[in-house]
Amino acid sequence: MKQLLRMAWQNLNRNRRRSFFSALALGMGISLLLLMAAVLDGEYRDALDAAIRLQSGHLQVRALTFDEGKTSLAWTDLIEKPGDLAMRISTLAPVLAATPRLIASGFVAGSDQSVGVRLFGIDPSSPASAPYQQGLKSGAWLTSDDRDGVLVGEKLAAQLNLNAGDKLNLTTNTSNGDVDQQAFVVRGIYSTRTPGFDNTTVLMPLVKAQAFTQAGDHASLIFVLLNDIDQTEPVKTALQTATYDVRTWSQLNDVVVQTQRLSQSYMVMLYLIVLAITATVVVNTLIMAAFERTREIGILSAIGMRPGTIMALFLIESAFLALGGIAIGLVLGGALVAYGTLVGFFIGDVGATGLLVGSTIYAHLTVGDAVNLIVAGLVVTLVGALFPAMMASRMEPVKALRGG
Amino acid sequence: MEVARVEHASKVYKIGEVETHALNDASVTIASGEFTALVGPSGSGKTTLLQLIGCLDQPTSGAVFVAGKDVSRLNRNQRADMRRDTIGFVFQFFALIPTLTAFENVELPMLLGANKLSDGERRKRVTSLLESVELADRAANRPDQMSGGQQQRVAIARALASKPTFILADEPTANLDTANGKQIMDIMTRLNQETGVTFVFATHDQRVISYARRIVTMRDGRIVES
Repeated sequence: MKQLLRMAWQNLNRNRRRSFFSALALGMGISLLLLMAAVLDGEYRDALDAAIRLQSGHLQVRALTFDEGKTSLAWTDLIEKPGDLAMRISTLAPVLAATPRLIASGFVAGSDQSVGVRLFGIDPSSPASAPYQQGLKSGAWLTSDDRDGVLVGEKLAAQLNLNAGDKLNLTTNTSNGDVDQQAFVVRGIYSTRTPGFDNTTVLMPLVKAQAFTQAGDHASLIFVLLNDIDQTEPVKTALQTATYDVRTWSQLNDVVVQTQRLSQSYMVMLYLIVLAITATVVVNTLIMAAFERTREIGILSAIGMRPGTIMALFLIESAFLALGGIAIGLVLGGALVAYGTLVGFFIGDVGATGLLVGSTIYAHLTVGDAVNLIVAGLVVTLVGALFPAMMASRMEPVKALRGG
Repeated sequence: MEVARVEHASKVYKIGEVETHALNDASVTIASGEFTALVGPSGSGKTTLLQLIGCLDQPTSGAVFVAGKDVSRLNRNQRADMRRDTIGFVFQFFALIPTLTAFENVELPMLLGANKLSDGERRKRVTSLLESVELADRAANRPDQMSGGQQQRVAIARALASKPTFILADEPTANLDTANGKQIMDIMTRLNQETGVTFVFATHDQRVISYARRIVTMRDGRIVES
């Protein structure tokens, strides 16, 4: 075996440039696939993280009849005395924060246009509101007793040409089915670096939102953040009663979760397509080698090397090329992924309904993705190399000794 | 004691619609210890006969027995094992593996064998074989660093590596000058006498034929004198 390994290595060294470029082709394929896998994973991680932090939380407790598509403000669709319920939920050990939120739809009238928005009534002092507070770009953060202040997303503010301190007219539906309009002061401009959220969301203190929408002491939901996402199901079980509907982050972000699963399936197909193309280069190299070394194969056969051993020799050569390609791929891909992880790739205002995508995508490479790609690269190349290896092993000694 | 026997063997090559009878009803027996020359003009069937005895090819009809076994009944692996354990080859074109040193070329058949020697024994045997062909000082050289005569001597050492019953040499001096050709034949003669290994070599060179103790003459695919 040692001799076979040495022979395979020396055979590849005969034409170093050709061997290098074969391995490079595989390496380029693997590095690009590594980057794609990492970017895709990073994108969905960020999207899910943003959705959980900004919109859904890990869990939501809602009235049984609440329909988020309609953002109904009818009291029967809301949670009564939400502060008490949030307080009780907060006492559970895995819970980081539990806070009531009121969600209403409306529109903001600017000087020359009106824009549809979602009105988020939040508790400014809750740790769950920290992502908005941390994203404050100008102006001041809200206080719970602020009666006419709102925070406007950076993109929305730019669209309506609003700055901190400016006034705006906000119109919303109310619990009794009427429409109400009121002037507010832009207390501050925030950015969550998630255009899909910032474009459409106006934040105001929960108490003011309840008053503005005539919701009384009601909230649309209790927004629950956990210390550990893996505790979601146990906490859901603990909270589930006949009175409330408890939804998990995966139920609330099914668009993200399903899109992620779909994209993972596409990635597997892409792996196979790209690796099959790059493996073709390796296979071509081995076919050329088999033709060039026909007489040598005849000699090996004449001195008693079995067909299976000749086949093994070619497969070892392909394995060396694959390992070389994988090493190149890991170095090149590692550098690209490192850049994508540390600096990220700016993509601007991109997103879709139900999918909050940040303006910058950060790569995130999992060990599982890297191992899958390495194994796939090796297997696809070896499977491809079966053809030239079998071709070499099936050569008749007499014909091979004549040179084919 | 016979080491190989050919019984009414014929070999027909078919290229398109044209059939070429390379060997026609040939029968010959090779006994242990022989130093036999297959002689005849080009196209007389010498190489074909060597290939059949060497288990490199199979007859279209007739039978070839090597070490008492009917070669045509062996599968590819069994024929490879037969070549590895029983037969040594020396080819006209030297036939060394270009990436391996002289030492490694001689060592290779031993590594393929089922009964492998220890590292020390193997090294000792390779060195001894290279000494027997007067190339101990060239052990580390690759084929492209040696002359044709030296390469052919390495090929002879390799042919002896797995202690074969017989060695088949196809025009072993055809690509060598007179001095190197003589040296090759002297070495083959000495090894035949010292080790008792059987040599069968194909040639049409009168100087080489003079070394043979038995001459098998071929013409038009037939053995005309044995």
